[in-house]
Amino acid sequence: MTSSFLFNIATLSYLAAMVLFFVFLAARARTVGQAANWAAWTGFLVQTAAIGLRWRESYVLGHGHAPLSNLYESVVFFAWTILLIYILIDLKYKYRAIGAFVLPFALLGMAWAQLGLNSGIEPLVPALQSNWLLYHVVTCFLGYAAFAVACGVSIMYLLKARHEAASDVGRSGGIYSLFPSAKVLDDLNYRAIMVGFPMLTLGIITGAAWADYAWGSYWSWDPKETWSLIVWFIYAAFLHARITRGWVGKRAAILSIVGFVATLFCYLGVNLLLSGLHSYGGA
Amino acid sequence: MTIDTNSFVTSLWRFFSSLKLTIFLLIGLAAVSIIGTVIPQGTPPPAEYLQTISQAKFDIYQKLGFFDMYHSWWFVLLLYLLTVNMAACTLRRLPHDWKTFREQAPTLDETREKSLPFSHVWKTRGNAGEMKRLASDILKAGFAAPLVTKVDDEYHLFAQKGRYSRLGVYILHAGIVVIFIGAIIGSLFGFRGNVWIDEGASVSTVSSNRGTPLELGFSVRCESFSVSYYDTGAPKEFKSILTVIENGRTVIDKRPVIVNSPLTYRGITFYQASYSPAGAPVFHINIRDRKSGAVSHIDVAQGETVRLPSGESLRALDYTQDISPYIQQLSGPAVRVALLSRSGEARTLLLLKNYSDFDDLRKGNQIFSVNGIDMKWRTGLQVTKDPGVWIVWLGCILLVGGIFMAFFLSHRRIWVRIGGGRLVVAGSAGKHQAAFRTVFDGLADQLKKL
Ligand code: HEM
Repeated sequence: MTSSFLFNIATLSYLAAMVLFFVFLAARARTVGQAANWAAWTGFLVQTAAIGLRWRESYVLGHGHAPLSNLYESVVFFAWTILLIYILIDLKYKYRAIGAFVLPFALLGMAWAQLGLNSGIEPLVPALQSNWLLYHVVTCFLGYAAFAVACGVSIMYLLKARHEAASDVGRSGGIYSLFPSAKVLDDLNYRAIMVGFPMLTLGIITGAAWADYAWGSYWSWDPKETWSLIVWFIYAAFLHARITRGWVGKRAAILSIVGFVATLFCYLGVNLLLSGLHSYGGA
Repeated sequence: MTIDTNSFVTSLWRFFSSLKLTIFLLIGLAAVSIIGTVIPQGTPPPAEYLQTISQAKFDIYQKLGFFDMYHSWWFVLLLYLLTVNMAACTLRRLPHDWKTFREQAPTLDETREKSLPFSHVWKTRGNAGEMKRLASDILKAGFAAPLVTKVDDEYHLFAQKGRYSRLGVYILHAGIVVIFIGAIIGSLFGFRGNVWIDEGASVSTVSSNRGTPLELGFSVRCESFSVSYYDTGAPKEFKSILTVIENGRTVIDKRPVIVNSPLTYRGITFYQASYSPAGAPVFHINIRDRKSGAVSHIDVAQGETVRLPSGESLRALDYTQDISPYIQQLSGPAVRVALLSRSGEARTLLLLKNYSDFDDLRKGNQIFSVNGIDMKWRTGLQVTKDPGVWIVWLGCILLVGGIFMAFFLSHRRIWVRIGGGRLVVAGSAGKHQAAFRTVFDGLADQLKKL
């Protein structure tokens, strides 16, 4: 069995989970929600095994490095961390409907990686031969994934809040009755960012430490660094806006979505559209 | 005309210590930072980019400092405003939070009781002293050891946890200021530069990025430089072997420096950054005479011409480390030479290091082969000194520590009052109300049974 085969299974599981989550929202059948959740868990476990296997395969090939070294591997890892955060929320809150808004991000990532990116296991170029790679990438991606979840939850919030405003209080109906209440969604958005923000902070700092160690400068305003700072500023603004009253609910949800768009640009846009020191790009 | 200085100062203070300004500055910094990621940075900016913009655009960008925007006066001003804002906000809020942090609030009076979000009251008939003892044990086992005070026949119990979380936000904002201080120290007392050293040569000055030469106070010799490759042809390692000599004494001997493993001496760090050939490569060529079988050697540098004993001349044209991309069945280094006859006719020969008989196929009077290629390299090192970097790391530790304290700890306080036939339990949490409710209700359930 190869890791590539397992990644395909995981991708198909996410596809099944997403479709089931959509059916769950449309048909409002509890068992379908259960099945969707099972599919998501299965995909996650298979993908975890696949990442471990790919790590081993890299040792067998004589390269011996963690599977975080190119665009393909990072997209796969990104999808994995999104599922990880979903699963933590599932364990704690059991809000199944969130799956319908979070899994599409993971599925999109996996489908793109499996169909469109070069999946060869390559040796590390000299710039990446460092333990800092692991610390830096893992913390950054945990942050990105928490922001992805916050974005999904915010989209749900906007839909739910509009619905609540339009219908009588207490009357439940339609797929929105499966959503957690607007208040809970608003709170989840905040919580996800409270996980993402410290992770991104650690990601930026480990990146700076690595840059200092490898290039002799902890900060050189290259586009990737600058964009990570832009993302950091946006979420810092979100957190401060939350303290001053009036910036909960709709405005917070929009800021969270803007934050995730900036996150995606930091992750992919910078490599694909701008140029700089970070050599992940060139799909 | 009179100016009400008092209200002017007050409104200035309000402005600088407001969170509205914070949000404006954070969003503003995020927005303007985009400029420098779209317009290439550098003084002067890259020539290829300049060719793509008009003179008018160039003038405007130049005036606005867009080519070095992260050091432009307006960007730095925004950072200073951010710092002033943080300091003012701290001054405005710290006294209150510090008081809450230090405060032992041992008694639960009526006003406090009303202000607390969690509370229960039960009628009791038991002995107050005995109940106080049991309640103490319950708090100690399930929360924290309480402070007990007796006021007018009533017992007040006060227990708290996580009070340090009140300081988290101050520590994290202080961390940001410390990072700024470290960065300023680095830019005032440090330098960044680079240096090229040929294999076998040494340097004692480097050129800073501002264009001035800098004396190191010691010298660095490049013993050798090498590049190794993976089977795929991708580079695996760039390695310089460096020796540091101070006052004629070798202080660091033949230390390998690779990417991700720099060398530091006296606070100055050398990083492997680039490399280039130092001068033309020299080819060692064997010449075998077909008739006599006699073998002779010559050395010829790329671009040079040497005269052969036969009266012909040989000119080294170019070479490659690997012929396989050009001729698939073959591999290894190859050199192209021109053989010039006495009358000036030229003939191009391909010599392959791995196939010494290759030139035999030409059936010439002399058979040439390559014995070796001597490539002299020059290593490119980045050289930096940054005495502020440890302050920056200290700031980062404060920042991360403060964030974790502010986010994941919460100041939780519980009071119990026993006496007058009543048992009152009340509490509050700075954050994570839901988690606190579970703990609080659990304790209340136990206290209720007293
Ligand atoms: C511009 C100056 C700034 C001011 C005046 C300021 C002020 C404040 C204040 C008053 C709080 C609330 C404390 C409370 O909960 O009572 C706070 C929290 C916080 N600040 Fe700032 N801040 C500034 C800049 C920053 C920056 C640049 C960052 C980092 C990106 C930052 C990160 C945070 C975080 C993470 C919190 C905790 C938020 C929470 O508890 O949800 N602050 N800040």
